[in-house]
Amino acid sequence: MIPELGHFALIIALLLAITQAILPLLGAQRGNLTLMAVARPAAQGQFLFLVLAFGCLAWSFLVNDFTVENVARNSFSQLPEVYRFTATWGSHEGSMLLWVLMLAFWSTAVSVFSRHLPDDMVARVIGVMGLISIGFIAFLLTTSNPFDRLIPGAPDGRDMNPLLQDWGMIIHPPMLYMGYVGFAVAFAFAIAALISGRLDAAWARWSRPWTTVAWAFLTAGIVLGAWWAYRELGWGGWWFWDPTENASFMPWLAGTALIHSLAVTEKRGAFKAWTVLLALTAFSLSLLGTFLVRSGVLSSVHAFATDPARGAFILGFLAVVIGGSLTLFAWRAPRMLTGGAFTWVSREAMLLANNVILLAAMGSVLLGTLYPLLMDALGMGKISVGPPYFNAVFVPLMAPALFLMGIGPLARWKEAGLPDLMGRLKWALAVAVATGFALPMTLDGFNPWASLGFFLSVWIILTIAIGFRERLKHGGRLSALPRAFWGMQLAHFGLAWGIAGITLVANYQEERDVRMNVGDHTTLAGYTFTFQGTTEQPGPNYRAARGTVEVSKDGRKLFTLHPEKRIYNASGMPMTEAAIDPDFFRDVYVALGEPLDDSLNTWAVRVFHKPFINWLWLGAVLMVIGGFLAASDRRYRIAVKATVPAGAAAQGA
Amino acid sequence: MKSRHKKLLVIVLGLAGIGIAAALILNAFQSNLVFFFSPSQVAQGEAPTDRAFRIGGLVESGSVQRDPDGLTVRFVVTDTAKTIPVTYKGILPDLFKEGKGVVAEGRLAADGQFTASQVLAKHDENYMPPEAAHALEQAAKAQQTLAK
Repeated sequence: MIPELGHFALIIALLLAITQAILPLLGAQRGNLTLMAVARPAAQGQFLFLVLAFGCLAWSFLVNDFTVENVARNSFSQLPEVYRFTATWGSHEGSMLLWVLMLAFWSTAVSVFSRHLPDDMVARVIGVMGLISIGFIAFLLTTSNPFDRLIPGAPDGRDMNPLLQDWGMIIHPPMLYMGYVGFAVAFAFAIAALISGRLDAAWARWSRPWTTVAWAFLTAGIVLGAWWAYRELGWGGWWFWDPTENASFMPWLAGTALIHSLAVTEKRGAFKAWTVLLALTAFSLSLLGTFLVRSGVLSSVHAFATDPARGAFILGFLAVVIGGSLTLFAWRAPRMLTGGAFTWVSREAMLLANNVILLAAMGSVLLGTLYPLLMDALGMGKISVGPPYFNAVFVPLMAPALFLMGIGPLARWKEAGLPDLMGRLKWALAVAVATGFALPMTLDGFNPWASLGFFLSVWIILTIAIGFRERLKHGGRLSALPRAFWGMQLAHFGLAWGIAGITLVANYQEERDVRMNVGDHTTLAGYTFTFQGTTEQPGPNYRAARGTVEVSKDGRKLFTLHPEKRIYNASGMPMTEAAIDPDFFRDVYVALGEPLDDSLNTWAVRVFHKPFINWLWLGAVLMVIGGFLAASDRRYRIAVKATVPAGAAAQGA
Repeated sequence: MKSRHKKLLVIVLGLAGIGIAAALILNAFQSNLVFFFSPSQVAQGEAPTDRAFRIGGLVESGSVQRDPDGLTVRFVVTDTAKTIPVTYKGILPDLFKEGKGVVAEGRLAADGQFTASQVLAKHDENYMPPEAAHALEQAAKAQQTLAK
């Protein structure tokens, strides 16, 4: 009964999405206010019914309704309650339902926070979002119905993939999808502007906070995924250049370019066509990411070919969205006027360089991700493109962008004199170069990669300090600085901090695989690890061999770690659960490999010393906070007051 | 700066960026592409001995042996037609099992021994690594054509 209710709610949501798409778009075209007014209630109604559908699915998971196929395949009666709830979006169907729920959430947010926008703009933006929603709800209903029944029901479920039973995975998909889908708002704004021909600074100002918030969510989602991989995969790595990771990283790169080019469009009226193109690109890449992860094309091109319904649907949808939006762009873009002029050395030029580099980096990731798939699909052999390729391309590409990141915020719009910039930045440059060179020498001898990382990180942080000093030189107060400024600096600082962490952990981590018997010890980075054997420990839905490893330094006992090797009851799947002692300056990380004798006394054990890895996560947290802070800037709300009197005056007259 | 100049700037910067990126990418591609060979292909001498590549297939039942140091593992990868002996030093992924699919990346020595630098972990027990499935498929096809 409840699953049918959910199914029914999903169908009503589809009908509301159709209403939300067609009527307001038609109304905006004809200038019919009544039709335009349908946008808001339709979007809110759609959201309500999707909440209901999602709630029904969650309920089916919580009560272990194994007559629902989705539940039977992805849950288990012994699964702890919190994971039963998160299993709602652990499966393909459930995660697509989450996708449309997020989309409806964003549409509703637009409908609520758009009081200051012109009616036709709101109608078009919400209408375009309705069109996207139609595509995805239709996808759910035709190829991936999460409410399909299994008659007769299964006696018990097949359990959730044990790797997903972690709280990093509880929040990673919702955050990631908030970001992916958030770019739909930027996309809808771009399409609405193209249709109406009103591509001006006001358009950029409306679109900016939405794009920045979406970017912040996507950043959080990606980093949570990395954090999950670090703790849960037991390999101590946090980024593998895996196609699923690349799928989320590509829209991030395009989105990062977009938030910077939007700044130019808002402040200077320049880069309009380019900004629109980026908005279309960022969302298209979000769709491509959804296609890559959801069509099964990554696990096997051939599996995709034999069961093409899902993949073909998303691919077709992708073609419609990309083809349609580019056609509209080609038709409308030539009418756009170019904005203010600028010189080679100006903030515009720096931001342009930022955009070119970010897109080149995105292109390199795209190539490395799609090339093997293409070769395979064409029957030209199996190829893999691994981390060495991405590292070789990515680091040299991004280094100049990071260097410019130090200069850009300090450069004046339009024209910034090179001698002037040099004068303001020479000390920062000297200190950064000196630190970059000296720090690796004191740590472990000459190391060009570490030098580059330290140089960039110190450089960015010093230029941020200069930025604050110059802002305050004329007697300003810190609290009086606009939030957009704080947000930008915080996000830039977070990135610099993260780069410092990445540089340190990538160049100075130590790891060892060692065979350990009870009582054996090994020393790594000054820490002595003593293995005290394992004990059998039952979990809610698994059995674990729980190891005890005592860690000491200079003969003083510091702490005890308990890495586990689990066997999950339903699937029989083994899982490594690493034990980590976190600290501001380092992580001590221990994972159990496999038992090397039948009595379970001797194990292969992997120990890591990960210096400063937590700076990476903390830096990312600052980036996310910076994004939200920038989006909450008063300027975006002052614009409300600026437009309202104009409208009121018009009405009065 | 006139708009004509600005356009030129855009184009020059864009082309420079694309040029650098293309050079980096092609260079990195050439040295870092990892090709895949099935055990049958390796047996026929198609695999290179001077660069790393991937092999895939099933871990032959009963073939897994450990050296006394406990961390060096020897096993045999088969596509049911041909086999390759593999050595790997380190901790194996959770889902490594005799009779199950496996993909290994490493180098082939002149004596036919494959030294793996990486044995790939897969996230799902029922899921066969695509390369391993491909190797088995190719071997089955080859046997069918032989039988005809």
